[in-house]
Amino acid sequence: MQEHDEFDPNDPRHGLEHRDPIDGFDDDTGAGEDDRLVRPYVIAQGRDHADSVRLDMISVVIAAKRAEVDELALEPEQLRILELCRRPQSVAEVSAHLDIPVAVVKVLLSDLLNRGLALARAPYTAKSPVSRDVLQAVLDGIQRL
Amino acid sequence: MASRDFDPVAEAPVPSALKILIAGGFGAGKTTLVGSVSEIAPLSTEEVMTEASYGVDDLSGVESKTTTTVALDFGRITINESLVLYLFGTPGQERFWFMWEELSEGALGAVVIADTRRLETCFASVDFFERRDVPFVVAVNCFEGAHRYAPDEVREALSLSPETPVVLCDARDRASAKEVLLSLVNRVAERVAA
Repeated sequence: MQEHDEFDPNDPRHGLEHRDPIDGFDDDTGAGEDDRLVRPYVIAQGRDHADSVRLDMISVVIAAKRAEVDELALEPEQLRILELCRRPQSVAEVSAHLDIPVAVVKVLLSDLLNRGLALARAPYTAKSPVSRDVLQAVLDGIQRL
Repeated sequence: MASRDFDPVAEAPVPSALKILIAGGFGAGKTTLVGSVSEIAPLSTEEVMTEASYGVDDLSGVESKTTTTVALDFGRITINESLVLYLFGTPGQERFWFMWEELSEGALGAVVIADTRRLETCFASVDFFERRDVPFVVAVNCFEGAHRYAPDEVREALSLSPETPVVLCDARDRASAKEVLLSLVNRVAERVAA
């Protein structure tokens, strides 16, 4: 997980020169780069988006409750996803919690969906305009914070 | 997007998600604002660039490509049992705009955080959302020690349409951050009604 130091009003150093995250990544990925780049795609067994269910960053996923899980048939990361998704989680949250890139999470998840081990809810999109009721719920929800 | 809900065996309802983008230059206070209203400490996810994803069958090809990893910070607000709102802080620089395309798709709207010490850093975000007709508000983060501008001065400097709300805020303050989000959702509601 990354540091969340984007802005600290008490930090006199804040400003562009010390916080270009690109430089940060370059520094970060130097030595362990091969490991970080290759491993996720090994986890995904070489599959790509082509055989993925279309999952969005904010598709919400939950593990199927009564499904029988054949642990040997799954990747360890998929078992971790199922464990995490006992409560509804978005693809982005799964990615952040398990430290696996979003694209790889999508592949692993779509396999779980196809096996009936998890369920996913597509997000609202521009093609399904948000109703006034939903907007009111959002307003109420923010007010309650 | 996918509308396969895989639902019949679920006992608990699976909520649907909405997202709001938080844009602005580096250090403008994006993650601070997300953290002020999020029910979880802001999370960070890494997205490996698309070129790498398409090369998954050829590992040697992946190695030879220049891949970029982009971090997205986000937070979560549970609205009710069937609705979750995610706030995504978007990488500010122009070279990451390929990500904005995907992120802005289906977004409820956007908050552009303006830092009056470097107002020009949010010009690009304003352009982006205007061109794609994504509803947005401009939140002027009032940094201590920075000159305070009136909302109308900021509106003029950014050539905003009269309908686009400009809100002064303190991104560290939950009540203030809530006002920013409320003004955005109200703006979205106006557009739905229009």
